[in-house]
Amino acid sequence: MEQMVNVYLYGKKYEVPASLTIMEAMEYAGYQLVRGCGCRNGFCGACATIYRIAGDRELKACLACSTKVENNMYVATLPFFPLVKEVYDMEKIKPTQQIMMQLYPEIYACVGCNACTKACTQGLNVMQYIAYAQRGEYEKCAEESFDCVMCGVCSSRCPAGISHPQVAMLARRLNGKYIAPHCDHLDDRIKEIEDGKFEALIENLMQKPLEEIKELYNTREIEK
Amino acid sequence: MYQDKLMQESIQKVEAARAENIKLDPRRMTAEEKEKLLATYHPDYKQDEFRVLEVGPNKGEKVPTELAALLQANSRVAGLNLDLTKCDYETDVLIIGAGGAGCSAAIEAHNAGAKVTIVTKLRMGDANTMMAEGGIQAADKPNDSPAQHFLDAFGGGHFAAQKDLLYKLVTEAPDAIKWLSDLGVEFDKTADGTMVTTHGGGTSRKRMHAAKDYSGAEIMRTLRDEVLNRDITVVDFTSAIELIKDENGKCAGAVLMNMETKQILIAKAKTVVIATGGAGRLHYQGFPTSNHYGATADGLVLGYRAGARLLYADTLQYHPTGAAFPAQIFGALVTEKVRSLGAMLINAHGEAFMNPLETRDVSAASIIRECSDRGNGVKTPEGYAVWLDTPMIELKNGEGTIEKRIPAMMRMFGKYGIDIRKEPILIYPTLHYQNGGLKITADGQSDIENLFVAGEAVGGIHGRNRLMGNSLLDIIVFGRNAGKSASAKAKTVAMPEKLTLKHVEEFAAECEKAGIKSDIVSPKLLPDYARKA
Repeated sequence: MEQMVNVYLYGKKYEVPASLTIMEAMEYAGYQLVRGCGCRNGFCGACATIYRIAGDRELKACLACSTKVENNMYVATLPFFPLVKEVYDMEKIKPTQQIMMQLYPEIYACVGCNACTKACTQGLNVMQYIAYAQRGEYEKCAEESFDCVMCGVCSSRCPAGISHPQVAMLARRLNGKYIAPHCDHLDDRIKEIEDGKFEALIENLMQKPLEEIKELYNTREIEK
Repeated sequence: MYQDKLMQESIQKVEAARAENIKLDPRRMTAEEKEKLLATYHPDYKQDEFRVLEVGPNKGEKVPTELAALLQANSRVAGLNLDLTKCDYETDVLIIGAGGAGCSAAIEAHNAGAKVTIVTKLRMGDANTMMAEGGIQAADKPNDSPAQHFLDAFGGGHFAAQKDLLYKLVTEAPDAIKWLSDLGVEFDKTADGTMVTTHGGGTSRKRMHAAKDYSGAEIMRTLRDEVLNRDITVVDFTSAIELIKDENGKCAGAVLMNMETKQILIAKAKTVVIATGGAGRLHYQGFPTSNHYGATADGLVLGYRAGARLLYADTLQYHPTGAAFPAQIFGALVTEKVRSLGAMLINAHGEAFMNPLETRDVSAASIIRECSDRGNGVKTPEGYAVWLDTPMIELKNGEGTIEKRIPAMMRMFGKYGIDIRKEPILIYPTLHYQNGGLKITADGQSDIENLFVAGEAVGGIHGRNRLMGNSLLDIIVFGRNAGKSASAKAKTVAMPEKLTLKHVEEFAAECEKAGIKSDIVSPKLLPDYARKA
């Protein structure tokens, strides 16, 4: 006999197998999900969820798709959170400290409560990456925030109204476009292709009889 | 943390053999060995899992039973008596689907000055792109060339790819990387800007570019951010349930449905792009899937009913390494990059039974053989599995490699108490990719004028099997391509006047004539996982 636990979905009690994730528990209870369900594997941030275990004062946050149910778990999903997303032209902005001040000035109102970090469903040091953003250290902000799935739980807990995932998104794009070292071999190859350097080679290959192509494929040298 | 006694015993064998296994480079199978293996063990070869289509442009050809049921099902607009003269949206380019291909198409169409509307049945970015982990191929290193990339992909796809599409894929790959990089996508690089590249199964050069093991997520969130920065209309939680044509049989829009309120809306467009993605959530042959919640082959159904041909709809990709344990992540993707970094496939007795970098179809078939006829699988609650010996990665590349290069994998298993740096993981093939789809020409257009297709909904780019890293590449190359073509075409045509759904009625009549009686409607839109009392 499967071990069962009691979970309270939006306050209503259901008995579900203890091995299920919160998302599976909702489906077990009969919910046909539309919102709050995405990749079902921890990459998309669609299923941000807040819960409390009865008797515990602490409010916890997680992704419903990758968290197991517990006995006496009270669950509320957060399928949408109104983050602030500023609009900018990547070709015109530059990776200066001023750009954050212009677009997301509220990051300077951070009171250092660390509620964002405690709430992060990915276990990221959110307050730290906001600190990097404040100082214009976008490379560090990008690295520290890299695993963010933009679920928005951090922002839901923030007394300063910061939209942390969007701040990090901007930092990563600035880093990817302007700060990360430039790749020369990519430019060289694009130029070679534009100049038609490979055209004859590849067309010649395409026109060969199938048996010859098979032979070439089966005997090709594989880089160690 | 494996508590099962048999698993623990098997792990001891894996650990005992690790020092010797790590020195091995198991030989690659010959072409003949591969053919025999596939024919015996690959799910695509199980004839009784397919059905011959009785109506439509691919009449007489076989497709998976589950897909046939949807292609020949009832329309969701049947009996609705819609007024097509009143349009809720009017746009130059209508894009159905907001994954990597749809968003790339939207950005390029917008660049070309078109009025662009995206509809998506969930949120923008809720797509298989978001879940792609391992990387994206491009032949941009000095020892590599687009011709080499072509040969790898053509052979890996069993010499069945449409050559003109594959030519486009490999020759535009470096530019796709550059385009992403200019949008701000981060790639793993060394201090001098050289791309950190690895092998994938079936590649002959190390040309896999990555952003840790969040490659697809990094690309998707950047594309999504860029769409939001532009004047592009995004209608989310709204599915397309049927294409609309004009009186000349050209594509002219779509019937939409609000996923929550079920309200029906009409969108009129000069050109339409189908970018609806794959089909993993149809769970072909009962397989688990690594796919997104919305991967239900909707675009194939819409296109087919409107008269567009499918190509290779009978070939699916089963990713060799789906998570087989614990149950909570059953079927989830374990990126091929784990093998690129040196982890080997080991059976229950601690034997390295194959080269870990064979192509995906061959690897999947080999694992299925190990777990079935050979009886060398490890028993799990869901069936059998083999080990992927992840601790080898740090023995080969040094401590800290796993956290740096595959943090998502470390997190996914870590949540269930398994430290992949110290313990191997159990894997079994999972339904991963739809090799086939709607047939297109090199400009991205389907058989129906003004209907374009991009991304996983396309068939023919990869042939009958796809290499790792060529799908993230194809959604960018062919997404951009479709956006450019659809916006260019939109400039040459007037806004359609008379809209019609006659093709839907005709298809239904054809089904009736063929004696097909279906009690389901399609497109499916979402899987039904709700337990019925």
